[in-house]
Amino acid sequence: MGNLSQRVMSNNLLCVESLSKYFHGLNEPKRVLEDVNFTLSSWDSLAIMGPSGCGKTTLLLIIAGLLPSSGGLIKIDGEPIDGPTRKIGLVLQEYGLFPWKTVGANILLGANLQKLKIPEKRLSEFKSVLGIEDLDHLYPHQLSGGQRQRVALARALILRPALLLLDEPFAAIDAITRERLQDRLLAVFGQRQFSFIIVTHNIEEAIFLGKRILVLDNRASGVKTVLENPGVGDLHYRTKPSFFELSTKLRSILEELD
Amino acid sequence: MKKRQPLITYLVTIILIYALWYVLSLLLGSNLLPDPFLVLRQGISELDKVLFWSHVGLSLYRILAGLFFGFILAVPIGLFLGSNERFDRLFAPLIYLGYPIPKIVLMPIIFVLFGLGDIGKIFLITMIIFFQLLITTRDSARKISKEVIYSLQSLGGNRWHFYRHVVWPISLPGIFTSLRIGTGTAVAVLFFVESIATRKGLGFYIIDAWGRADYPTMFVGIIALSCIGIILYEVFDLLERKLCRWKNA
Repeated sequence: MGNLSQRVMSNNLLCVESLSKYFHGLNEPKRVLEDVNFTLSSWDSLAIMGPSGCGKTTLLLIIAGLLPSSGGLIKIDGEPIDGPTRKIGLVLQEYGLFPWKTVGANILLGANLQKLKIPEKRLSEFKSVLGIEDLDHLYPHQLSGGQRQRVALARALILRPALLLLDEPFAAIDAITRERLQDRLLAVFGQRQFSFIIVTHNIEEAIFLGKRILVLDNRASGVKTVLENPGVGDLHYRTKPSFFELSTKLRSILEELD
Repeated sequence: MKKRQPLITYLVTIILIYALWYVLSLLLGSNLLPDPFLVLRQGISELDKVLFWSHVGLSLYRILAGLFFGFILAVPIGLFLGSNERFDRLFAPLIYLGYPIPKIVLMPIIFVLFGLGDIGKIFLITMIIFFQLLITTRDSARKISKEVIYSLQSLGGNRWHFYRHVVWPISLPGIFTSLRIGTGTAVAVLFFVESIATRKGLGFYIIDAWGRADYPTMFVGIIALSCIGIILYEVFDLLERKLCRWKNA
């Protein structure tokens, strides 16, 4: 896999400039995001953290083109995002899979909707690397939480998005399975050319997966800080002293915000 | 095994009803409640008659037509309202007002408007099925979570895909439940409308035999009408098992 942090960061894949979002409140507009700025390169990863209700999911949905912003600009490959695009994939915490479709149909749903033919080789490679080879005929409720999220990952990745957005994808999963899923995600990330943004509440997850960790502020709802994370990409990173150092630092930043 | 169970249940129930019926017919006297074996013999002899089958055929036609029109009107509207909050709010008062009105009391008006023929009868059945089906379909479609919608959109789904891959499958179990319940109501309404101003259909067949105090024939009619209800119920049940496999998997 090599050291992911040492990959050459080429052109900006994603540019978020002065992004803001207001929701209509009863008396005055409710400010959710204010002046959010960051960029993401190709084959890059970013973890987003912040207190509950700071607008993490909203930010992700705006980038996905599923919610309109109130101001600012988001560009992918230099083009403004004005709706869902094939360049961006999305994996949600729960309910993202369709209970009435089999695993096989769920994985191919995006391809079928877009009338794309997925080569059999690519399909079996994804299933193999995610460990979901023999589940095609089952329905989502017959799977474990971990299997469900691997299927959701396969469904998004099979379309080969340039950017994958993950909204607390492993939140409802036990600690050990969660770590295995993080390993799997990193393994796929090591093999495939895509970038990802993961929104998480879990400090260890953010450090294990994000080359940078962006912390959103709870009051101003802008970017509080961005931490560089050069150790990311090492499968044994969780046991390294630098992991604990960063974890302590991140924890104190988050505690300050609460 | 699973498929055979209802058949055995039906068989046991029929034997029990027959035994109870036989005991009651002995206690009450055969005039009021005829011997079930006499009814069975009468039924078998009726099976050979074209006239009997024309009554059955016409009743079946009316009920199926009512269910069909109820379905094709109520389901699309229900799916649309359930997935469009604004329109749902707009039409909700109309539905709340229309649903509790006992449609059967509108029969005279409907017969005046559409005549005493099949159209009026089918229209009444359609109306009763329509409201039940509309409300169940709409309520099922309302259950769609934002996550599912976001997933579909991010996978490149459009409005048509939303109905085809989300709203329709999520509502289907509710639609079948409503159709099964609606079948019972439809059979009852069918009997009622066929007992008035017509000379064809199982409703007339029953009332006519009753008028002639031909109780075995009357019971044959009652059993035939019940069979229509049971068969339709089972057909909907079978269709649900086939089309909503994910519910039973």
